[in-house]
This record gives sequence, C-alpha cells and structure tokens, in this order.
Amino acid sequence: MRHAGLILAVLALVAAVTPWSASRADTAKRGLLPAIEPAAKGERCVEDTATMRRNHMRFLEHQRDDTVHGGIRGAKHSLKGCVDCHASKTTGSVAAAKTDFCVACHSFAAVKVDCFGCHATKPAAALATTSGGKP
Amino acid sequence: MSDDPGRRGFLGLAAAATAGLAGVVLAPGIRLVEVAQAATPADASIGANPKVRWGMLIDTTKCASGCTDCVDACQTENGLAKPTRSTDPQWIRKVEIKEIKTGRQASVPVMCQHCAEPPCVDVCPTGASFKRADGIVLVDRHSCIGCRYCMMACPYKARSFVHEPLTGQKPDVPRGKGCVESCTLCVHRLDAGQKTTACAEACTRAGHGAIVFGDLNDPASEISRRVREVRSTQLRADLRLDPGVRYAGL
Amino acid sequence: MQTLVHARNESRNFWLLATLGALVTAVGLGAAHLMEEHGHAITGMDNAVVWGLPHVFAIFMIVAASGVLNVASIGSVFGKPDYKKRAPLSGLLSIAMLAGGLMVLMLDLGRPERIVVAATHYNFSSVFAWNVLLYSGMVAIVVLYLWTMFERRFNAWSRPAGIAALVWRFVLTTGTGSIFGFLVARQAYGTALLAPLFIVLSFGWGLAVFLIVQATMYRWNGRHLEPALQRRLARLLGVFVAAALFLVAVQHLTSGYFARQQAFEAFILRDGGVYPWLFWGGYVLVGAALPLLLLFHPRLGGEGGMLAACLLIVLGAFAWLYVFIIGGQAFPLEIFPGAEVSSSFGDGQIAGYLPAWPEWLLGIGGLGAAFLLTVIGVRAFDFMPQDDLAAGGH
Repeated sequence: MRHAGLILAVLALVAAVTPWSASRADTAKRGLLPAIEPAAKGERCVEDTATMRRNHMRFLEHQRDDTVHGGIRGAKHSLKGCVDCHASKTTGSVAAAKTDFCVACHSFAAVKVDCFGCHATKPAAALATTSGGKP
Repeated sequence: MSDDPGRRGFLGLAAAATAGLAGVVLAPGIRLVEVAQAATPADASIGANPKVRWGMLIDTTKCASGCTDCVDACQTENGLAKPTRSTDPQWIRKVEIKEIKTGRQASVPVMCQHCAEPPCVDVCPTGASFKRADGIVLVDRHSCIGCRYCMMACPYKARSFVHEPLTGQKPDVPRGKGCVESCTLCVHRLDAGQKTTACAEACTRAGHGAIVFGDLNDPASEISRRVREVRSTQLRADLRLDPGVRYAGL
Repeated sequence: MQTLVHARNESRNFWLLATLGALVTAVGLGAAHLMEEHGHAITGMDNAVVWGLPHVFAIFMIVAASGVLNVASIGSVFGKPDYKKRAPLSGLLSIAMLAGGLMVLMLDLGRPERIVVAATHYNFSSVFAWNVLLYSGMVAIVVLYLWTMFERRFNAWSRPAGIAALVWRFVLTTGTGSIFGFLVARQAYGTALLAPLFIVLSFGWGLAVFLIVQATMYRWNGRHLEPALQRRLARLLGVFVAAALFLVAVQHLTSGYFARQQAFEAFILRDGGVYPWLFWGGYVLVGAALPLLLLFHPRLGGEGGMLAACLLIVLGAFAWLYVFIIGGQAFPLEIFPGAEVSSSFGDGQIAGYLPAWPEWLLGIGGLGAAFLLTVIGVRAFDFMPQDDLAAGGH
C-alpha cells in the first residue's frame, strides 16, 4: 500500500482521541446533553424513561395504524396524549421553542421530527381557549 | 487484477442471495416490503365496526341556495381556512345546479361520497387511500406520498391537495403539506362516541334538517327508515361505485 | 500528434457537455427543492389541474425510454445486423431517459422524501404500484442486456435478454397507458385504447430520440449514415408516426361519436383555446403531417430532412401530451349530467392552468439528467454504432 504510513497515523490519532471525547460526553454538568423541560402534567410517563427513549418511535408507529385504520383513539401511546402532558408551560407547545419537549431531544440527536408538519403541537384544551389556530 | 471467475462468481451469488432474502425478511417479523391489506381492528367493540356502514341522506329540497351552514361547520370542525384560491382545500362545497332542459334549480352539498367501491382506493400506490371497516374512506397521511393519482380518479372532485405548509391544526384533525385529504365523515367525532357529523349537526341545529347521518346497515336507524320511504339517488350511479351518500330531491 | 490533439479535444468536449448537463440538472433539482419547501402553491397546479407540466416531461421521457429500446429489439430479437450495431446506444438512451423521467416524477410528489414508503408499501390494485416495480425492473433488465452485448462471453445471451427486455417494456408501456386507461371518472381517459396507443407512440418517439442522438454523435465525429440505411430508418419512423396518428384519430372519432362525450371532444378539438391549437397545430401538423412529408418525400427525405422530422416529432409529442394530460383535467367532471353547475370549487368551469417556472425548470432538469447520463455513458463505453465493422462485430 502506498500511503500506509499516513493511514496508520490518522487511525492512531482517531483511536487516541475517541476514549477522551467519549468520556467528556458522560456528564450533564458539561452541558452536552439536551436541555429538556420536564412534563407539565401528570406524575409519570406511560412507559419508563429508558424504554421511551429507545422505543417511543415504535410505539407511535404502531399506535398510528390502530388509530387511523382501527379508529382507536386515546390509547396509551396516543400522540395527543404525549402532547397533552409534555406541552411546555411557557410556550404551550411541544415543538415551538428549543427547550420544548420533542424539539429539544430531536435537535440534539439531529433526527428530523416529521410529525408536527401535520399534528397539532398544542393540547386541545389550550387551543380552545385561544382564538383557534390559523391553518 | 487477475480475472478470477471463482471470486466474482461467489460475490455475485452472495449479492443476489442477500437481495432476494431482504425482499422477504430482514429480521424475525420485520419485512422489507409490506403489501397493503384491508385493515380490521383487533377488537370490534371499539373503533371501526365492520357491521356498520356510515352514510348520509341529503334532502336537496331543504337546501337553500346561498346557505353554507354545512360548509362553515366543516371548516370550523376540521380547522380548514375559508378558501380564497383554487389551491385551497375544500372538503364540502355547495354546488348550484340548473337542469338545462327544464330550468329546474337545486342547491346541493357535495363531499366525499364514501363509495363502497372507491376508485381512489384502487389507484393509490401505497394503500394510503383506504376504506375503513365501517365504510368511511380516508387518507392515511403517514403513507400518502402526494402523487395525486386519487384526485385524478375521483369522479366527484372530492379530494384536495395541501399546497402549502400548515400551522395551527386541530389536534383531532392532523393535516399537512404534500398530502391529499377529503371529508372524513368526522371520523374523530364518531370514534369518540358522538353520533353525527359536524355538517349534519349544524344543519339540524339551524332548523333546515337537510342532512341525515347514520348507519345504513341498521334497519332501525333514522337514515335507513328515510331511504326506505323517500326516493333517493346516488351521484353518478351509473359508475356503480355505490356511494354512502344519497340525495333526495334531485 | 494528431491522435493526441483529438483525444484532448474529445476530453475537453466531454467535460464541457457534462458540465452543461450537470448545471441543467442542478437547476432542476433546485426548483424541486423550492417546491418541497414551499409546497405546490408555487407551481401552476391546483385542486383542478393536479398533474401539470412536470408530468408532460416525465411521461414523454418514460414512454420514449421504452420506445428507444425498439432499435435494440429489432437487432437482438429479429436479428437485423444494422440494428444490432445500434443496440447498445439504444439501451443506454433507454436507461438515461427512464432515469430522467422518473427523477421528474418523483420530485413532483407532494412528499418526495417518502419514496421509501412507495418502494416498500404496495397496493397491487394500483397501476402506479405495478409501475414502481416495472420501471425499476426495466433498468435492471436493460443493464443486464447491455452487459450481454458488451461482454463477449455473454453475447449468446443477448437474444434472450433482448426478448426479456422487449416483453418487459411492452408490459411497462401498457402500464403507463393504463395509468390513464383505468380512470373511469374523466372523459379524456378510461378507454382500453390508451395502452396500445401509448405503445405505438413510444415506437415513434423513441426512434425519433434515437435518431437525434445518433445524428448528433455522427456529426461530432464526422461520420455519415449510409444512405440506404438512412432511408430504411426514415421509412420505419414514418410508419410509426402514421400508426400513432391513426390510433389518435380512432380515439377521437369514437369518443366524438358518443353523445355524452361530444362536449368534451368539442372542447379539445375546437372550443378549448390553447388545447385545439396544440392538438391540430402542435401534434397533427408539426408532430405528424410535416414529419411524414419530410420522411417520405423523395427529395426532402435526406439526412437533414430526417433530423428535422425527428425534432418536429418530439415537439409534437410534447404538444399531444399537454393536451392529453392537462386538457383532460381542464374539462370539468360531469357530476350532474344534463345540468349547468357552479360552485366555489370550480365545478362546471374549465380549469385554467399556466405552468410556473419551477415546473419548467424541473422538467428541463429531467432532460438534463438524461443528457448527462448519456454523455457519461458514451464517454465511458463504446456506444458508437460501428457501421464500418464487419457484421458480427458486436
């Protein structure tokens, strides 16, 4: 191989840096985790945090078929339920400000959240009191 | 590089085998390709009930030209803006008709007819346009790719395409840019246990009584009694789509 | 020294053409990005005319992609040696145009990011769903077909591959015509004639595109088409154009015979403004009659005349597709037969449509993509029809 030396040097550098940067990501004190506003309502979520972090997309994907095709609404994993509890106290939404529940984590993880192109970001009760959204 | 048919052959075989297998199963229970099927809910006591067929009877003799109570109610219920341009969605509209030969006039609300044989469902490539177990024809916006083929196929111009980004949607009626939509027979109200659609309710409340909503499969329901007594027709009945919306007085 | 200069010029020409193609494609992609960001409100399409100019471009390219493979089929399946030499170029053009047409079609979707959904969720009662499989399968089959032609060891397989490609593209073009043929709702569509019509249209459009590309490649390389072969190709193209004109005539005559279709036919053929102009002037005159004259006239039917005819046929194709796709949507649906209707949703009205510039740029971008792929393909592989080689060279 022609550039063996250069390649090995780059790999060695990456290998040296990786454990160092990984250790720096552990503590929230250093501000590298997303700043998520805790839910305004309710005592606990429908699932525990670790399960939700890993699987909330799967729960929602399954639930949406039950709702749209089966007509089952208000079930445990309904998106409306999430919005009802997790809407921010200040913005009233889950996707308006950078600290709002869904956006905070999703922008940290750099995963585009497609839901709110169509789904309301505010709970129904809040919308009823305001002058109703302009579509 | 030497010409090594043994290695090339092996790689080719491996690629073909992987591709073939991936088309079938990626992991236990996870298929790469899903074939659209009519969905039935696990428990028929909640949600869409296959024994029910929701329908509407519209008595056009009670429809005043210029009255838009049903249209206004639909807009309010579903979070639709008042349409100003030809790109704005309209789920229900009043059509003023005048028979050419006789001069007889009528004013007719037209919306998705919720056909039993919906052409929009046939042509949808992803199965997003589907007929629910209780006869309501809907668009699953999770699967809709916005190809507008269903809009080409609908004989009633029932469907609208969302041409712009939307905000402020009603929580019960999610809708957004790039997907196709149409009258849902207020499915979110029916699933929540309410008995009628927004348009029918508004028409009744205003005292016109032109729209009756109910279960066509239940012989005791008001709509079933009415269609037994009064002559009603379906729009474009010649197409044999068997719409769930019937019109009297046409 | 001569060959070195020639090679350098060729290389520079390639980069010039490739850059041009890439620029046009990039502009098209940029227009598509704007459409995705702002929605289709920035186009001329609305709830009445839902398929606009991008569909005209896309369907032309897809139908021509199927037809351009005719040249290869005549070579591989029917064993004509002159066509066999042209088979590789025909295959390349088929893939390039299919890619360009599909690019436009997919970028015109309301949600182009959901292509993966379209590729993994199938409603098999929909022709569109079948077309997803047919179009991607077509690319695969033509790639295999080209492989059998280029790799000496597999030459014996080029006939079975050619037959497979022939059958596949007949099914594909039937599928394309049936997109419209299966629509019972609109007076412009919903007839079984559309599938064979699209197949015959594909023959003419495909051969015209092939001859334009071949003539361009020949001119750039100082070659000439042998007169006897040129006359045969011209006559073949003329037959295709005449056959298509016949089917279009039958379609309108039959449709116009039914009382319930007469208002629509009057709209398309006489009263509809831009549509009769495009149909009679654009398709019948420029796209069919003039080319037939150029192709069959004893003095006019030379190399230049044939090239002119091919360009006119392509123009006529766009005109016909515009009338077919957009005119078919502009005419209002007949929900209440025998009545005059009006509403807030355009019932009873002829829908207006004016293509906006993002649609033009997207459509032309698709042509650019097909052009780019052709330029790269011709540079990378030996696609030039080798007329001076002895028969059996490919």
